[in-house]
Amino acid sequence: MISIKKLSKHFQMKDQTVHAVDDVSLEIEKGEIFGVIGYSGAGKSTFVRLLNRLEEPTSGEITLDQQSLTQLGKNDLRKKRQKIGMIFQHFNLLWSRTVYENIAFPLEIAGLDKQSSKEKVDELIELVGLKGRENSYPSQLSGGQKQRVGIARALANDPEVLLCDEATSALDPETTDDILDLLVSINKKLKLTIILITHEMHVIQKICHRVAVMEQGKVVEVGDVLEVFINPKEKTTKRFVQQLSPLEHDPERLKDFITEDESKEVVKLHFVGGTARRSLISEVAKQFDVYVNILQGSISQTQEGSYGTLFVELDGERKVIEASMNYIRNSGVEVEVVTNA
Amino acid sequence: MLEELFPNVIMENLWTATYETLYMTVISVIGTFILGIILGLLLYLTDRGNLWSNRVINGITATVVNVFRAIPFIILILLLIPFTDFLMDTIRGPKAALPALIIGSAPFYARLVEIALKEVDKGVIEAAKSMGAKTHTIIFKVLLQESKPALVGGLTVTAIALIGYTAIAGVIGAGGLGDLAYMHGFQRRNNDVVFACTVFIVAIVFIFQWAGDFVSKRIDKR
Ligand SMILES: Nc1ncnc2c1ncn2[C@@H]1O[C@H](COP(=O)(O)OP(=O)(O)O)[C@@H](O)[C@H]1O
Ligand SMILES: [Mg+2]
Repeated sequence: MISIKKLSKHFQMKDQTVHAVDDVSLEIEKGEIFGVIGYSGAGKSTFVRLLNRLEEPTSGEITLDQQSLTQLGKNDLRKKRQKIGMIFQHFNLLWSRTVYENIAFPLEIAGLDKQSSKEKVDELIELVGLKGRENSYPSQLSGGQKQRVGIARALANDPEVLLCDEATSALDPETTDDILDLLVSINKKLKLTIILITHEMHVIQKICHRVAVMEQGKVVEVGDVLEVFINPKEKTTKRFVQQLSPLEHDPERLKDFITEDESKEVVKLHFVGGTARRSLISEVAKQFDVYVNILQGSISQTQEGSYGTLFVELDGERKVIEASMNYIRNSGVEVEVVTNA
Repeated sequence: MLEELFPNVIMENLWTATYETLYMTVISVIGTFILGIILGLLLYLTDRGNLWSNRVINGITATVVNVFRAIPFIILILLLIPFTDFLMDTIRGPKAALPALIIGSAPFYARLVEIALKEVDKGVIEAAKSMGAKTHTIIFKVLLQESKPALVGGLTVTAIALIGYTAIAGVIGAGGLGDLAYMHGFQRRNNDVVFACTVFIVAIVFIFQWAGDFVSKRIDKR
């Protein structure tokens, strides 16, 4: 859907050239949520601004649905931008306009008549959950509500793509989750392609299908989120993945639980996405006559399933323990019995 | 009682002078507003990194604005006499004061407009661009709307300065309260006339200040 070829943006400074985006090539599929992660200054914002040419590329090519964006003249570019929604870290709402008027702004730009505009705005207000706040001014809204207005505004002209530049970075964790949920539901409902820029791994983990890791203007790693999580190759990627599982597993603390006792077994469960259900542990406890004692670990939910490691103690008859381990295995989770070395 | 305190004040003259002062102020505020907005927009838009970024035009505009701001108003009136004569066909009366009033205060207001526009969040302009807005949409629906309270505040300050200018213009025959205070008051040693004119001018200033603050507050939704 979006094809980016050898895209570069260089800023010419007095004494040096900044290669903000350096020879980036990517293919982004229709309907996917594509994440770009990188540290501050990696070139993420410049990259996303190149996609609607708020920044003019130094070289390279962007095609959206077989149409070259980089070749478009001024007027055609303006029309095309109406089909590329964008949301921002600091929301960038017009404070002199109400919620309703802010959402209607892109429709005014597109030249829609008042009646159709009203229908569209009402629909969008419903979609982002701001019913009753139509006549509020941005200054009367919370951060999360402001971003909802931003999202509604970005969706007004039925865009093909939504660009998000650090859309949740100014929000508290709870509000961040709400906004991310909203983005996922929009992605599903409208089959909207979303390109999302962030420096926070949990944002990628929570909603993205694929991820690109940027460093010094280059994409150093790209792939399915789960694959990148399980098997990060680059050093930067590894550091980002580690943001998510700060609890280093501590084998020392497991020692006390590992005994000769036949009716107790410490096992390591390795979730690698796929079919494993969130309720697996409670299912085991319900279906088998065992106690499941969770010792340590961390599990992350991604769009492609659960990922992470869990250490549990199974307490029950030997045969039942075996049966439950088989059940877990069949659910697509790797099971490994932990013994004292 | 009043007649005892103000033996030389002729009410009819005072009202006429008040009317003339208001006439000069209102018309020149309108003219200053239009010319100031145009110059202020030009200063802002041609500045580096902005929509019409252009060093030459920016430099010329800034120079014109600075030069006219540097000329003392009383001298500006004298310099503009031929221009006024050509434009208004007279160099006396309230009408003749208008060109000097507008040309004298528009550069001042232009700078205030420029400052107001600079305060508009760059991110909001960027957002409008990302929606495919045309330049005139950005100017009229984003820049001027988002800076409205500051534009009104600046206009209030300018209007009050203009009331002062009308009094100066009065001294060389523009009419209005300044004229009355100087010709009938000061020249004829009628201190009561000077005092009455002062009270009226202060009242006008207060009304403008109050109205400006009121409007500015009403439209400020930040
Ligand atoms: N307009 C600009 N002029 C000069 N340098 C810029 C400009 N915009 C960004 N840069 C530089 O490009 C690099 C990437 O910036 P940016 O895309 O904002 O990174 P990120 O969003 O990942 O933090 C930085 O070194 C930044 O200083
Ligand atoms: Mg950034």
